[in-house]
Amino acid sequence: MTYLELKGLSARITRQNHPLLRSVSLSVAPGEVRGLVGESGAGKSMIGKAVLGILPKAVEVTGGEILLGGEDLQRLSDKDRRHRIGQTCALIPQDPLTALNPSRRIAPQITDRLVDILGWERARAVARAEELLDEVRIQDPARVMRAYPHELSGGMRQRILIASAFAAAPKLIVADEPTTALDVTVQKQILKLIRDMQARHGTALLFVTHDLGIVSKVCNRLSVLYGGMVVEDNDVPGFFAGPRHAYSRALLAATPKYTDPSASLTPVPDQVIADVRAEIDAFDRERAHV
Amino acid sequence: MSEELYRVEGLRLSLPDLNRKPLWGPAPRNEILKGLDFGIAKGEIIGIVGGSGSGKSTLGRCLVRLLEPTAGRLLFEGQDITHLNDAALRPLRRRFQMIFQDPMSSLNPRHRVGQLIAAPLRLHGVADVRGRVAEALDLVGFPQDMASRYPHEMSGGQRQRVGIARAIALRPDFILADEIVSGLDVSSQAQVLNLLERLVKELGLTLAFISHDLSVIRRLCSRIMVLYQGEIIEASDTAALFGQPRAAYTRELLDAIPLPDPDQVWA
Repeated sequence: MTYLELKGLSARITRQNHPLLRSVSLSVAPGEVRGLVGESGAGKSMIGKAVLGILPKAVEVTGGEILLGGEDLQRLSDKDRRHRIGQTCALIPQDPLTALNPSRRIAPQITDRLVDILGWERARAVARAEELLDEVRIQDPARVMRAYPHELSGGMRQRILIASAFAAAPKLIVADEPTTALDVTVQKQILKLIRDMQARHGTALLFVTHDLGIVSKVCNRLSVLYGGMVVEDNDVPGFFAGPRHAYSRALLAATPKYTDPSASLTPVPDQVIADVRAEIDAFDRERAHV
Repeated sequence: MSEELYRVEGLRLSLPDLNRKPLWGPAPRNEILKGLDFGIAKGEIIGIVGGSGSGKSTLGRCLVRLLEPTAGRLLFEGQDITHLNDAALRPLRRRFQMIFQDPMSSLNPRHRVGQLIAAPLRLHGVADVRGRVAEALDLVGFPQDMASRYPHEMSGGQRQRVGIARAIALRPDFILADEIVSGLDVSSQAQVLNLLERLVKELGLTLAFISHDLSVIRRLCSRIMVLYQGEIIEASDTAALFGQPRAAYTRELLDAIPLPDPDQVWA
């Protein structure tokens, strides 16, 4: 039983024949965490944005299906689609410093969504928000609710955004590199927190990251992307025991391992890049002939 | 022990905490660096590690005298630069350069790469700017036509190489690299770190590398200082630090690094 399913999703920059996503297929079941891995520009964030319907204006979906609970989002009207996504999905953004409005207190930034989109009473939303702040282990939630973002540390702000993402009991959460702005010890706490919350609520989680170390800690399955194409879809134990695609192997080799003092840093070799580019070109040619 | 480039004695820095300033009177001071003592040998690559708020960037900025220490002494090749004024520092500035964390915001988006690298050369009145720009591009492994690109036309890793080219164009003795790979993906990280390692050898540079990520620093640095709340809690050779970390905080930093291994236990 999957909750989110992408079938051959393709996207490009509007009016240019420049593909950003090349027939991406993947699925996420309730309670499952799927990692989207790749270098910058591989299209991993673009997939998350496509699912949430927040693609930049210059990007258009050219084909494929985004199924949410079995329903194809592309077939809905804009209004219905926004409504469906707003009710069932949430985002944990990359940068907790910019994701919060600096001129508003924390409370309304969590509760507005519950009141406006789900039609809750304000008092119920506030009570729920405090409960969640407690769940993400923020001490003295009542004080934090009255605080402004600048009064809180980066880790605290990310906890608030996590609480906010889980507030409306979403079926699917997209986490877009949620710990890149944090230092390693805080990163560890936040990752464990996301994993705990996700497991407790049985949420389907799409986890965008470039760090295979993080994938091995957080995800059940992963899709490795290059040039907007999924080059490998594997489960996490299988992947780390032996990646199937040459590019995945090179990416894993490039990930630093501090426990191995002899390991040198090896960028993805040019030959591997050339091979995966050739694969993409072949895919594009095939497309052009259809 | 080889000759020292930097000698730091009892370095302190405090800044006024304006959040707690009373209506009248001075604001209370916030101690950021609490009396640091260390030296940096010529040709050494030293790593400075710590969590956010540990004072590692502040320390770096003191070394290149973008900040003036409140107390203690800072010696550069035996010369006391702790409280030198701007005019007296200017001739020294070309000898210590900095590479910044975010290559996008540290490169002027309206300037081409060539101009970006040439600007500090012109400021310091270097002869043969063209030749030096060409040489710098060469050293970071860029073809010469990269000079006509704009920063937005480049990838993050390429931009960071422009930052490196700009820093080495002045042929400095010391370079401070502040979290220069934390925004890059692993493959670009490896490229930038390998490049930096090669340049340090070829040009005889001394490098201070600030990072919060010990796995990145491990390969590059010969010695590592761990900072925690403005104090050095551990300073040792890289191998010793990774083999037997003495401070509990160092252990915690090491344990927090997610290894690409699903069997690693993350307690």
